[in-house]
Amino acid sequence: MAAVAILLLVWQGVSVAGLVPRYMLPAPVEVLQAFWKDRGALWNNSLITLQEAGLGLVCGVSLGFLFALVMDASPLLYRAFYPILVITQTIPTVAIAPLLVLWFGYEMTPKVILIVLVTFFPVTVGLLDGFRSVDRDAVGLLRSMGASKKQIFWYLKAPSALPQFFSGLRIAAAYSVVGAVISEWLGGFGGLGVYMTRVKSAFAFEKMFAVIFLISAVSLLLMALVNGLERLAMPYRKVKQEEREDSQ
Amino acid sequence: MELLEVRNVSKSFDGRPVLEDVSLTLRKGELVSLLGVSGGGKTTLFHIISGLLLPDRGQVFLEGEEVTGQPGKVSYMLQKDLLLPHRTIQDNVALPLLLKGVPKKEARSRAAALFEEFGLGGTEKLWPSQLSGGMRQRAALLRTYLFSQNVALLDEPFSALDTLTKSAIHRWYLEVMERIRLSTLFITHDVDEAILLSDRIYLLSGQPGTVREEIVIDKPRPRSPEFALTDEFLAYKRRILQGLGQY
Repeated sequence: MAAVAILLLVWQGVSVAGLVPRYMLPAPVEVLQAFWKDRGALWNNSLITLQEAGLGLVCGVSLGFLFALVMDASPLLYRAFYPILVITQTIPTVAIAPLLVLWFGYEMTPKVILIVLVTFFPVTVGLLDGFRSVDRDAVGLLRSMGASKKQIFWYLKAPSALPQFFSGLRIAAAYSVVGAVISEWLGGFGGLGVYMTRVKSAFAFEKMFAVIFLISAVSLLLMALVNGLERLAMPYRKVKQEEREDSQ
Repeated sequence: MELLEVRNVSKSFDGRPVLEDVSLTLRKGELVSLLGVSGGGKTTLFHIISGLLLPDRGQVFLEGEEVTGQPGKVSYMLQKDLLLPHRTIQDNVALPLLLKGVPKKEARSRAAALFEEFGLGGTEKLWPSQLSGGMRQRAALLRTYLFSQNVALLDEPFSALDTLTKSAIHRWYLEVMERIRLSTLFITHDVDEAILLSDRIYLLSGQPGTVREEIVIDKPRPRSPEFALTDEFLAYKRRILQGLGQY
């Protein structure tokens, strides 16, 4: 927090002293003013971006969950799918986004597809790791108690995979906002990405900075939301942390 | 009739024999130990008895009925307590009931009725990470008991505990066992522990593992820790170490 404040102060100083021309690096105060002046447009565009990000994230996480489930159940499918999944992650988003626009138009669909493409992977990998990290002795214990495969999954494997799942989800949440902005930037009618292209062509750099900060803030907000969900889903972890702090 | 009988069980992994013609019995209310060096196939034998593994040859009988290769008949407790970190103690303990399809409320109340008996009063709503090693083992034992009231297989359940905790939990275990009339088959590599706790001891040794000797400890239970200092105890110990080829 203190580091951020110092950084902002230095920035303001550099800008006021005129070391860098104003139009290239606006002062933080100007950025703040631009943000306030344009708050209506920013708010409306944020809603569009958030809507895309949210929808894409939900679809991406669901798809990621499905992949993880199938690949965990069958080693054959694991070997078959894994390389394909990795390859989907090597495709540059900026290259595929215009193609998606070409195929699906300027509306929601291409954005959601792009977000699904970037978000399902961390979730799948997280879950797969989680499923594999399950204690084999615990599986044996449950089996010795006559548990079915389904019961072993719900009582043991799914809860054991929660920490890795949330790590994946945190990454996916951050990607979803960035993915939405990129796909808007490359073709769309609304959203923070479209706003960015507009202020860029108007050389309104203070607005550019304002929207960059807004996008960061939205990403951080989503990640905080994931953190909150994580704490709700795993109350036993909080206890452990508190005890660790007590013993220090 | 024997409560549990293992008849002529043999098992090999990838052509390497691990168990050869092992037979043993457990009667009601007895505590019987399987004593042998590590890697002697004791755990494999437990996997076979609990139905997790199929033997190559031989059978397992529970109260006269064949249960070879059928999990869910006898309860099994390991050195690791394996309490699930994401469930409270009461929900961990009630797990075997939930797996059998008992409704959650009933499972909890049946478990709750035994918390005091097992010295776990007040821990119902805690997470496993909040309990000490000894308490966790008690919870694991209560879970074992709720799963099956007749036979418990304990695989070195106390070996991870320190000596003092261990002797306290030994005394406690024998008391509880007496009260709830639990019959126990017990794996250990600790000779003193086996003599102190058991009615009978099977010496399992060799490659592949086979029963070398059956030793009856003819001394009423519970035995005080002082028993470990008597000549009688030492005579048993000498015999066991000779039987295991360690003396």
